[in-house]
Amino acid sequence: MQNSHPSRTTNHEPRTTHHDQLSFHAITKSFFGVKVLKDVTFSVGAGRVVGLVGENGAGKSTLMNLLGGNLRPDAGAMRFNGSDYAPRDPRDARSAGIGFVHQELNLFPNLSIAENLFLDGFPTRGPFIRRGRLRDLAAALLNRAGLDLPPETRVERLSSGERQLVEIARALSFDARLLILDEPTTSLSARECERLFALVGQLRAEGRSLIYISHALGDVLRLCDDVVVLRDGEVVGQRPAGEWDPGRMVSLMVGRELKRLFPERAPPAQRGGPSSEQGGPERGTPLLEVRGVAQPGVVRDISFTLHRSEILGVSGLMGAGRTELARILFGLDPCERGRITLAGEPVAGTPRRRIRSGLALLTESRRDDGLCLEASLADNLALVTLARYARTPLRLLHLGGLRDALAKIREAVRLQPRLASAQPVKTLSGGNQQKVVLAKWLLAEPRVLILDEPTRGIDVGAKFEIYQLIHDLADRGAGVLVISSELEELTGLCDRILVMSHGRITDDLSRAEFDRERILNAALPG
Amino acid sequence: MNRLPTNYELPTTNNQQRTTNLLRSEYLVLFLCAALFLGLAPFTPGLASAGNAINLLGNLLPLLVVAVGLTVVLIAGGIDLSVTSTIALTSVAGALVMNGDTGWLAGTPLAVPSAIALMLLLGGLVGAFNGLAVTVLRMPAFIVTLTTMMFLSGLAIWLTQSKPIAHLPAGFTALGTRLWLTLLVAAALGAFAHGMLTRSLFGRWLHAVGHNARTARVSGVPVTGVVIAAYVVSGVFAAAASVLYTARLETGSPVLGQRLLLDVIGATVLGGTSLFGGKGKVAWTFFGVLFLTLLDNALNLLGLSHFMIMMVKGGVILLAALLDAWRALEVRRS
Repeated sequence: MQNSHPSRTTNHEPRTTHHDQLSFHAITKSFFGVKVLKDVTFSVGAGRVVGLVGENGAGKSTLMNLLGGNLRPDAGAMRFNGSDYAPRDPRDARSAGIGFVHQELNLFPNLSIAENLFLDGFPTRGPFIRRGRLRDLAAALLNRAGLDLPPETRVERLSSGERQLVEIARALSFDARLLILDEPTTSLSARECERLFALVGQLRAEGRSLIYISHALGDVLRLCDDVVVLRDGEVVGQRPAGEWDPGRMVSLMVGRELKRLFPERAPPAQRGGPSSEQGGPERGTPLLEVRGVAQPGVVRDISFTLHRSEILGVSGLMGAGRTELARILFGLDPCERGRITLAGEPVAGTPRRRIRSGLALLTESRRDDGLCLEASLADNLALVTLARYARTPLRLLHLGGLRDALAKIREAVRLQPRLASAQPVKTLSGGNQQKVVLAKWLLAEPRVLILDEPTRGIDVGAKFEIYQLIHDLADRGAGVLVISSELEELTGLCDRILVMSHGRITDDLSRAEFDRERILNAALPG
Repeated sequence: MNRLPTNYELPTTNNQQRTTNLLRSEYLVLFLCAALFLGLAPFTPGLASAGNAINLLGNLLPLLVVAVGLTVVLIAGGIDLSVTSTIALTSVAGALVMNGDTGWLAGTPLAVPSAIALMLLLGGLVGAFNGLAVTVLRMPAFIVTLTTMMFLSGLAIWLTQSKPIAHLPAGFTALGTRLWLTLLVAAALGAFAHGMLTRSLFGRWLHAVGHNARTARVSGVPVTGVVIAAYVVSGVFAAAASVLYTARLETGSPVLGQRLLLDVIGATVLGGTSLFGGKGKVAWTFFGVLFLTLLDNALNLLGLSHFMIMMVKGGVILLAALLDAWRALEVRRS
């Protein structure tokens, strides 16, 4: 097998006869009668990193599920390592030498890292597991993946970023010749990302091929040799990374010119809907006031004000206490001290009471507590506001009114019309799922909306739409709190940014003061 | 016909397709009832007679009431093993109030209504206790209801010194001996439960909590209240079933319903209600109860011993659980 050059200069050389490690030929797949992949053909050379980009619903996950043995194509064929490749289940993929690091992590939280890594094949002596050898093997893999933790640690104690590295280590454990990394950096800190990139380079030097799926287009262009763009199930562009113009790539992904990643927003003075006619003191007045909120070991001394029509960002490293703060504000977790008021009224009690006061919370993980995955789209959309359609005395539901409201909100968030209301929400792509959660809260017409990582794992087009929805909500007079780990997102979206570190607010920047370095400095410990 | 969402790996031949569609239908159990009846009728003396139909209905209706109550709890993601002991305790309590010999209200016109009210109240209290333990004390439902079951059963036996209480007023026993009355009560309760589950706010909340209690809580559903209410419903329905059983037996018995637990849970699961929560319908439970009662009835008429019948029933419920798992797998593949 010809080995490719480990350095990046290969990108600019004309394609030589690399031995193709993997190739797709005219792959077609349909779901619910709709073609999700149409005639997809491309190849991955040995020792090359191929970036796969596209909006949610473009077909990336489906293609990778075909490769990993979770699904079977309706038409077309795949070839891997010189022979026909048609896996019937993930084990076939694994024995062929394909390692899949999923976007939604597949680890067992109640088992240790070592046990998760070798679940399919423990080192044994007779019927007994050789614990010492297990620990050593696991430690070696963790070392390669750059995770500095004892192998006996239970996975439930790891952060998302650490779990992702364990997944990568697992793919290395069976010497995969082709690795698929599906959104690997969504939960990684900057340092962990750099380690991952170095790891990718190392794997490439070992002659392995990689398929790198990510919405972080900058990373894709930096890391990959070739980039393939999918849109609506078709390959619309395939070129070496160096020949791609980022703007052109985004245009191809969404199929239209996207002048900017963030929608236009009028400056604060001109903003506002109906209230601006009254010219009242509505705009910019304090809406949510948080004073002295503290919970030992979690957050301390939290004081800030969120104004009407303001989009306030919260930045910080993983573990700074941002999500914890959001949960405390919403009443999911207790707080020992502090006062929270909304438009002068105190905010207290259960999430149910706080929702009635006008609060809303879009949580960090939609699968855990944002959606009922087995339930239908309509049931999920209606969950928060259901009580409004219940007529006393027996609380029977007025289904007509509910249906109308759901139809309206589906349009407002631009949920794909072809999705049936009765469809279980787990069948939707990540971007559509997030839209469902957002729509659920928008229906409640909140006065303050707290968003925790609202665009995690979502494509460019859907992100833009979500930003637009956030702007619209703020323009109507609501206050929006956005917690995000993507600095570009916060600087593009927010009027002000708070920075948290170790449970405290360390900085407060207005739009004019936005500066990446200053924010990062405030976020770092010490 | 209502079908679970199909996946795209559709079988190629028409026959295969029809079979798969049939297996996925939510009316499957109803078809199986018909198949069972038609299959066994030629060999089973008396199965197709009118007298047997009345007998069948008499067995089916009270079981349906308690199974519907259990369905509500299962939808919420819980389980209630104490229903059968609730039946026993309420039977005894009601009999103590209204029986002709030593009853507290014996002979008065209020005896029967008071007794029934007491039984339902008691059932509700048991449910409330179960619900509080599961929500506020965060104890696992299986353990709570198992221990409640043991406690209540012991209490019922202690209260009566193991002796059944006879001489219940005719006004009461009519509910069990006059089949049309039993049917009326069971149908009313079934309709109420159906309406509650499908058309009311509480019903939707129940499903949401069963699907994902965390999401429900974040979305403002009063999870604690909903779960407690579900257990109260189960307790009250168990008490209502006890009214029917006690009336039919014409005796307040501290061991009433002792052997029913497998039937209740089995029939509910057989019908299609998921043990994991979020999914269940009154109609499904009816199909399950019908099937199990018919099976029991037919096997009895065939002269099989009690133990053989238990083995067959166990096997059938196991097959039902396998079928349920297969259906879930098919949905997951799509």
